[in-house]
Amino acid sequence: MPENAVEVRGLVKRFGDFHAVDDVSFEVSRGEIFGFLGPNGAGKSTTIRILCGLLSPTAGEARVGGYDVATEAEQVKENIGYMSQKFSLYDDLAVEENIDFFSGVYGVRREIRETRKEYVLKMAGLENRRGDMTRLLAGGWKQRLALGCAILHEPPILFLDEPTSGVDPIARRTFWDLIYQLAEAGNTVFVSTHYMDEAEYCHRIALMYRGRIVALGAPAELKRSLNLPSMEDVFISRIEEEERRTA
Amino acid sequence: MTFRRYRAVAKKEFLHILRDWRSLFAALAMPLVLLLLFGYALTLDVDRIATYVYDQDGTPESRELVERFRGSRYFDVLAMVGDYQTVERGIDTSRILLGVVIPNDFSSNVLSGKEADVQLLLDGSDSNTASLALGYAEGLMQMYALEVQNRAQNQKGMGHPGPAVDARIRVWYNSELQSKNYIVPGLIAVILMIIAALLTSLTIAREWENGTMEQLLSTPLRPAELLLGKLSAFFVLGLVDTVIAIFVGVVVFEVPLRGNPLFLLAASSIFLFGALCWGILISTVARSQLMAYQMGILSSFLPAFLLSGFVYAIENMPPVIRLLTYIIPARYFVTILKGIFLKGAGPEVLWGPLALLCVYAAVVFFLATKRLRQKVA
Amino acid sequence: MAIIRTENLTRRFGERTAVDGLTLEVEKGEVFGLLGPDGAGKTTTLRMLCGLLDASAGAAWVADYNAAENADAVKDRIGYMAQRFGLYGDLTVEENMHFYSDLFGITGAERVRLMAQYLEMTRMEPFRNRPAAKLSGGMKQKLALMCTLLHKPQVLFLDEPTNGVDPVSRRDFWTILYQLVEGGMTVFVTTAYLDEAERCDRVALMNQGRLIRSGTPDQLKSSLDEVCYEVKCADPRAVRERLQTQAGVLSVEPAGAALHMFLAPDVPVEPLRSLAGAGCSFERITPSLEDVFIALIRKEEQSAGKRG
Repeated sequence: MPENAVEVRGLVKRFGDFHAVDDVSFEVSRGEIFGFLGPNGAGKSTTIRILCGLLSPTAGEARVGGYDVATEAEQVKENIGYMSQKFSLYDDLAVEENIDFFSGVYGVRREIRETRKEYVLKMAGLENRRGDMTRLLAGGWKQRLALGCAILHEPPILFLDEPTSGVDPIARRTFWDLIYQLAEAGNTVFVSTHYMDEAEYCHRIALMYRGRIVALGAPAELKRSLNLPSMEDVFISRIEEEERRTA
Repeated sequence: MTFRRYRAVAKKEFLHILRDWRSLFAALAMPLVLLLLFGYALTLDVDRIATYVYDQDGTPESRELVERFRGSRYFDVLAMVGDYQTVERGIDTSRILLGVVIPNDFSSNVLSGKEADVQLLLDGSDSNTASLALGYAEGLMQMYALEVQNRAQNQKGMGHPGPAVDARIRVWYNSELQSKNYIVPGLIAVILMIIAALLTSLTIAREWENGTMEQLLSTPLRPAELLLGKLSAFFVLGLVDTVIAIFVGVVVFEVPLRGNPLFLLAASSIFLFGALCWGILISTVARSQLMAYQMGILSSFLPAFLLSGFVYAIENMPPVIRLLTYIIPARYFVTILKGIFLKGAGPEVLWGPLALLCVYAAVVFFLATKRLRQKVA
Repeated sequence: MAIIRTENLTRRFGERTAVDGLTLEVEKGEVFGLLGPDGAGKTTTLRMLCGLLDASAGAAWVADYNAAENADAVKDRIGYMAQRFGLYGDLTVEENMHFYSDLFGITGAERVRLMAQYLEMTRMEPFRNRPAAKLSGGMKQKLALMCTLLHKPQVLFLDEPTNGVDPVSRRDFWTILYQLVEGGMTVFVTTAYLDEAERCDRVALMNQGRLIRSGTPDQLKSSLDEVCYEVKCADPRAVRERLQTQAGVLSVEPAGAALHMFLAPDVPVEPLRSLAGAGCSFERITPSLEDVFIALIRKEEQSAGKRG
């Protein structure tokens, strides 16, 4: 596998005359937790969908795990796990049935299916609730189960699209703990969020605003270079500068 | 009840209707499309029935009967055949619908005034068409038999001509006996019921789904104001649909409109109001737009179609079902529409069903305002 | 004088008690925050205060009217902004405002004046003819706020108002709220954002339907008996595991790249420092509201566990 898990150069996605992603370039190295921050509608989800091969870019190039997302989407999909904003679980299936289903979809080898299932159940803290209907789970558990289902096939690169939205602070902390575990095990985690305080949890972040990256770097570095106390302040100052520039 | 709040809702609903031009177009095209589809599909007249004749008799009398079949616009005699097998094969292969077999004692029976049996073989797989074909054939043969008997009696020169059997049937109101004339007014009722229920059944469920209902509940808006406001907007749309449906009925299907058009519009308005209220009632019960839609279709289309008496005669239904028809508003509206269209009847005749429609509208509106939740849970 | 008052306010949904004997008071002119994790009963409380939901037991008074018995009087005196804003996406900014003005009976010159004033205050004037569906999250939020302000309510209820809104809009939104409070309005806001809670005059912390503690943010932060340290090190997970099992260590939580460690009072920190290793820095800090929140909920659940 190449040094960089994700490489994006000059990526553009237009919907009609709306530039959802407007000339975006960045790299994510292996084992990194890379945060994608920005308000709703900034273009975070669109970028992630392009990187997962779910959307074709209008222009530019993106490579994930060394494969071109536009021409080698199949290989890309084998190397990634994707957890969408909506936690794509089946509410009317039991916890275990959801895991079995996704095992099947990802083509997890039969011999290791049981081990993977137990691993995911343990990770999500759902060992004693394996037979419960998914709709009965509270937000935090559902979110961890969705994460578990996305990593059943042990993908080296993980894309998490707003995994913590609508989840309370305690569940958020637990979730970030899981993300750290995965990163320590050598996975690359690409996570988007609109909670500014979560920026501090990432190794490096990109701030997105109106389809563009307005800041890129390690959180501490960004704060230091702008001499600001919090990421929220960094974001506000970058947006205001961006608006002055375009005005 | 404040007029201002009612008007605010009505205005907002109008804006929704005008903004969503796709739905608006669909709502306006619906009566046209449905009426054309159902109108042509349901027309029950049977024309040019494909027929084989097997004449075993071969007499002038039997040949005359064959000529009668040939001359009728209802029958199309494709061939004269010489055996049963050909007739049966014709029916099996759906080449023909009717086989007429004239037995060799036909003329002697006819002339002696005895029962003259003619065998009719029918493809009964479409029983409706078959029974119509049977009816036409029997009618034709009866007329012929009567004529032949009259002629025979006259020829015998009996003292005075026997009482000429003169079975002259007069069909009132629909003298051309065209089924479209009673199908189309009935259809207008069914279609208005569907459209009205569909228009309104989504409207409250949508407010819940969009989260706007919760906001409305936090204002002084009363249930009756909300419902009346919504009804007013959809009423205007429904009335335009009514006019389109009547126009298509009169112009495309050439159904005679013998009554007063203004009375027709007034009666339609009452029905429309009740039907819209029904949609609203569904909307207050349904949890989602999808569920509202399904309930709307099922509860408007099926009863109006099956139990209003517009195709299926209510008198022929089992007693329980017949009782059920009394709570179907379309039943009354079908009666009213047929009355106005075909008989030119006015309020002095139709006040009964009209009053029942009013009662229906009032009851459903009352239920809807009661059902509309004023709390989040 | 309390403008919002609840007494033993309770709401059950079947078996589940969503709000359990809540008693609180909010003074006129306060910004009051109701905090809690998901399912704590915040939204249910808010809805009962706004007369949108009946209480199973207890009572609530808003602006001296009983929220259950006099729901209409309450509705005339409050503005309520639901989580989902309650805007009509196909209507323009102005049409949405006109609609709510009509519902509240704001007419004529007063309407013209108020609409102009609010559009100016929120800097939404250029977008007055844009359909609400085409506004950004921040602008939708401002529009929803304007619609709830048209009848000049005495109390403004906001249910998780800034969820998913960008920081600039969030800051602007709070600036507007402070302007309103200066004009004498009371603001009651629910949130799971702890940094938002810091902006409130007073907060109440809820968990599983019950009120755990209330006070000013500073009071809450200093109310914690335990001592909080920020631990920075190269391998926080390993350090966390080592520290967690020590006597006197109540919890070690990841906080960004660092760890926040809570010690019972009078537990010496030096042994822990040497246990963690040379590369680690320990710094005594005032816990953030989030730390307090998590610590209090942890305690609550531990005591509930003991009881159960």
